Amino acid sequence: MSEAQSVPPSDTEFEDGIVEERLRRLWARRRGFWGALAAVDHKVIGRRYIATAFVFLGLGGLLALAMRLQLAAPEARFIDADRYNQIFTMHGTTMMFLFAVPVMEAMAVYLVPLMVGTRNIAFPRLNAFSYWTYVLGGILLWVAFALDVGPDVGWFAYVPLAGPEFSPGKRADIWAQMITFTEIAALSVAVGIVVTVFKQRAPGMTLDRIPLFVWAMLVMAFLVIMAMPAIMLASTTLILDRLVETQFYNPAEGGDSLLWQHLFWFFGHPEVYIIFLPAVGMVSTILPTFCGRPVFGYLALVMAMIATGVLSFGLWVHHMFTVGLPRLGESFFTASSMSIAIPAGIQIFCWLATLWDGRPRFQTPLLFIIGFIITFVMGGLTGVMVASVPLDTQVHDSYFVIAHFHYVLIGGAVFPLLGAIYYWFPKFTGRMMSERAGKWAFGLIFVGFHMTFFPMHMLGLMGMPRRVYTYQPEMPWGNINLFVSLSSLILASGFLLFFIDVVRSYRRGEEAGDNPWGASTLEWAIASPPPPYNFRRIPVVESREPLWDCGETLPVASGLRLDRRELIVTSVVQGLPEAREASPQECIWPFWAALATAFLLIWSIFSPWAVVWGSIPAAAALIAWFWPKGTPEDEG
Amino acid sequence: MKRWLLLSLPLLILAGCQSSQSALETHGPSARHLGDLIWLFSGVATVIWLLVVLVMLVALARLPKHAAEGRAERDARMKPVVIAAVIATAVIVTGLTVASYFTTRAIGEPREAVLDITVRGQQWWWQFLYSDPGAGGFETANELHVPVGKPVRLRLESPDVIHSFWVPSLAGKMDLIPGRTNVLTIRADRPGVYRGQCAEFCGIQHGHMSLFVIAEPVEKYEAWAALQRSAAAVPDDADALAGRTVFLSKPCAACHTVRGTEAKGKTGPDLTHVGGRGTIAAGTLDNTRGGMAAWIADPQTVKPGNNMPLVTLAPEELRQISAYMESLK
Amino acid sequence: MKERIALDASHLPQHGMGSASPSWWGTLAFMLIEGTGFALAIIVYLYLMTLVPAWPPNAPPPDLGPGTWLTAVLIISVIPNMLVGRWAAKREMKKVRIGLVVMCAFGIAPLILRIFEFPALHVYWDDDAYGSISWVLLGLHTTHILTDLVDTLVLTVLMFTRHGNNDRRFGDVEDNAMYWNFVVITWLPIYGCIYWVTRL
Repeated sequence: MSEAQSVPPSDTEFEDGIVEERLRRLWARRRGFWGALAAVDHKVIGRRYIATAFVFLGLGGLLALAMRLQLAAPEARFIDADRYNQIFTMHGTTMMFLFAVPVMEAMAVYLVPLMVGTRNIAFPRLNAFSYWTYVLGGILLWVAFALDVGPDVGWFAYVPLAGPEFSPGKRADIWAQMITFTEIAALSVAVGIVVTVFKQRAPGMTLDRIPLFVWAMLVMAFLVIMAMPAIMLASTTLILDRLVETQFYNPAEGGDSLLWQHLFWFFGHPEVYIIFLPAVGMVSTILPTFCGRPVFGYLALVMAMIATGVLSFGLWVHHMFTVGLPRLGESFFTASSMSIAIPAGIQIFCWLATLWDGRPRFQTPLLFIIGFIITFVMGGLTGVMVASVPLDTQVHDSYFVIAHFHYVLIGGAVFPLLGAIYYWFPKFTGRMMSERAGKWAFGLIFVGFHMTFFPMHMLGLMGMPRRVYTYQPEMPWGNINLFVSLSSLILASGFLLFFIDVVRSYRRGEEAGDNPWGASTLEWAIASPPPPYNFRRIPVVESREPLWDCGETLPVASGLRLDRRELIVTSVVQGLPEAREASPQECIWPFWAALATAFLLIWSIFSPWAVVWGSIPAAAALIAWFWPKGTPEDEG
Repeated sequence: MKRWLLLSLPLLILAGCQSSQSALETHGPSARHLGDLIWLFSGVATVIWLLVVLVMLVALARLPKHAAEGRAERDARMKPVVIAAVIATAVIVTGLTVASYFTTRAIGEPREAVLDITVRGQQWWWQFLYSDPGAGGFETANELHVPVGKPVRLRLESPDVIHSFWVPSLAGKMDLIPGRTNVLTIRADRPGVYRGQCAEFCGIQHGHMSLFVIAEPVEKYEAWAALQRSAAAVPDDADALAGRTVFLSKPCAACHTVRGTEAKGKTGPDLTHVGGRGTIAAGTLDNTRGGMAAWIADPQTVKPGNNMPLVTLAPEELRQISAYMESLK
Repeated sequence: MKERIALDASHLPQHGMGSASPSWWGTLAFMLIEGTGFALAIIVYLYLMTLVPAWPPNAPPPDLGPGTWLTAVLIISVIPNMLVGRWAAKREMKKVRIGLVVMCAFGIAPLILRIFEFPALHVYWDDDAYGSISWVLLGLHTTHILTDLVDTLVLTVLMFTRHGNNDRRFGDVEDNAMYWNFVVITWLPIYGCIYWVTRL
């Protein structure tokens, strides 16, 4: 075509300093308010996503404290039943949909492109759209709660309680539509992650050289893609039942309330692994750095993650052991539920072997990993208990289960996540977090956590059901509940210290340098925080631990243009370079598209016609987004 | 795991004095099998957890000597140990599955039930329908009387939302699902009062939806059942008699049944023998005259959001109705 | 870190075609999402069927006419669709333009037939669960036809503008053709459920 006329500038012709200068100008973020709305840099979006998710963690935590206040004494009247039911619904919904899944995806959004050695995530504008959709969904839910129309049917919204007859008003619709927001957001990110890992890995990064963190995020993204459609279908049919009188969940007209549970848990069980697998990736990345050796059993860990992902789709009945299953199936369900313990065991044993052979450096990230192993193994073992159909009939929907899944979710996912924040904070901000504050935060969180949640096992076995806003004074639960409530303050103070440390370190932390921990993965090859273009030249990967094996000099690829945002596309299996691909510039349309989508979704709570009329602005925004802008990135 | 059980032992004993609601304090064959299974799993889990933590602590404390051999050799030495641990995991998991299977089989042993009771969970109380083809059926609420030592078959249904029937000292829980009927067989070994509670979130007053299983010797049970079959007695006390008139003239009768009178409402609990029950409003208040008066006077403060409306009564009328309720033994 | 040039990328094409293009994989990922959605909706259909003694429960089976005509149109549309994809791969602008116009027509035709399909069901969405799932299956698929039609219309306009003659745009045409095949393929099991499972 017409390229022969003028050869575009390439990074081979210039010295490093000039290349950097030109890249900096080329990848510069736009300034000001509108520039902020148009951002497409995965690091900007990732940082916002992480920060927003932690805000929701804080809010969800405050709700937990409110519940502990109410439950500290029998028949307490600090919070009335209606508010309490909103609060526990909001707590679960916020933690699952607005914190846990988004924060894990956000870590991937920030780190995966760096770890695979590329300059931006695949589909950066879709990524920006995802963030705006997520924020708007979160705002919808919390504004509703502030106006006392927060959902009050549990984060699982079982029908018929959540159906038109027993939940008049708009509370359940707000829950269902918030699901749509967060699922659109999660699916958009998942597509970006999958394609980034498949197609944008640095040349030479064969499948067996992919960092375990990236593997974990890849499996997680596939789980999102396969599991989230189930909850979308569930929430949509629920809204249809409520808005236009479809009969999906009405047993009198051929519908079925268990259908909801099947759909919900077909998503809900993989959901646990959507949250947990990223944590596996974090542990497998942090542990080697602080043990000074590569992780033991790379292949076994990859296989265990994939096996966990596959098995997670066979386990949804796990949550329905008391609905009256056919007796014949019980042993099958027990066996399949317990089988997930085997890949989990593989992971634990590989980590123990890594520790066994390593020389541990006891810094904060490693402390959180140690806390993770202690806690998660307990959660896993109680998980084996609830996996047994007969045993589960005693502990299901009791405080035992609350204890179990907080051990798995906080111990198994939040501990590694906090370790990961301490670990990658220097990369995110260029500054170290405080070791001293970090050790205190870990101590308070670890001790506070066990003091809060361990006694709940007892409460459950002593017959205390979940989701009760109070209990009678004659029940023998009062002292334990008071103890739990007081302990939760220790846990909360640990989180408070963590948040303070984050803010303080962000402003005044010690300068970090490129690779403060002496880690082996590619994100540590570049400045902290990374420049907008990530890599001056795309690295070429020659081993599984590139920074440990390459000495002082990083092998890189040259020959990329300096007049359009460009990165290298490689083949899926072997990571062979296939093309130079353009990466889009800043764009405001994802923001408008998200806003138009929000308009459609919120309106559709009130009228089915919103789907017709509301799709016009949404389609217009999408067309504007895809319409070529005549930039060098657009032209082939 | 054991430590905390010892710590909580005094509490458990305390609970036993009143009415037990604990999966560890078992009074029936189902719960006993499940209790054994809980102990088995807890024991295995404790041992595994201790082993893992021990290995981790040693790994953290030891200083590996790396000089002699390369990493590949060290990894090769660790490999069989890791593989053995994975195999052990699989064996333990299989063992626990087998144990679960035998528990399920033991619980599910076909037993000829002497009694069929339909349990209907409602927002937020329990309706029990006793059917006896010979002697005729009757209805009661929140207190389930059963003969000791006899298997009783409960047919679990719901006219509104999903509830879950859970009396941990007797059996594991089972859901009550609209449009479906589940069956749960319970048996109490000893006479006693076994408390239970709805275990599936069912709306605003899920927290106040308790029930009591009252296991009595057969003769005592039969006597109770015979009384329940009879219509309500006309009170001889003047206050109670006046209360009867008030009850029938006010909206009360639109929702409640008192067999033997014109009160034939079906929305609320059958009150024919309400005076014989230990608690009211599904375990929310003790069934004393004061408790009853407090409940009738302001049900929405006692149990906010429940389906019993406030019926305006003069103080005199309130006293009389409470007396009438008390008289319905 | 210091750098050592280990690879010269300057000879690589400036845009990957087919499976070398991220957007091809992106389209595939969205097809996987939506395919999962369709599969689940069909499973719901079959699940609800097992709950009642007769299927359809309270209505005659849907009339075969409109749905079968629509199926025929969709199957025939695959031929011009494949041709458009092939022409796009060969960068034959003139043929691509004509083909896209034809595909717009093939996008509109099933929508018109779809209007007659809903009454042919002989059941409303709020009659019973059978009606609900039948309407939702049809509705879900209609949104996919509609989305692809809008996409095709935009691409058609685009290919007549100065932005058209561009590798990236030809790639978009190919991806769009792939997506239309997906829309056709996913229809077949739905057609089987709605029109033939009801006649078993």
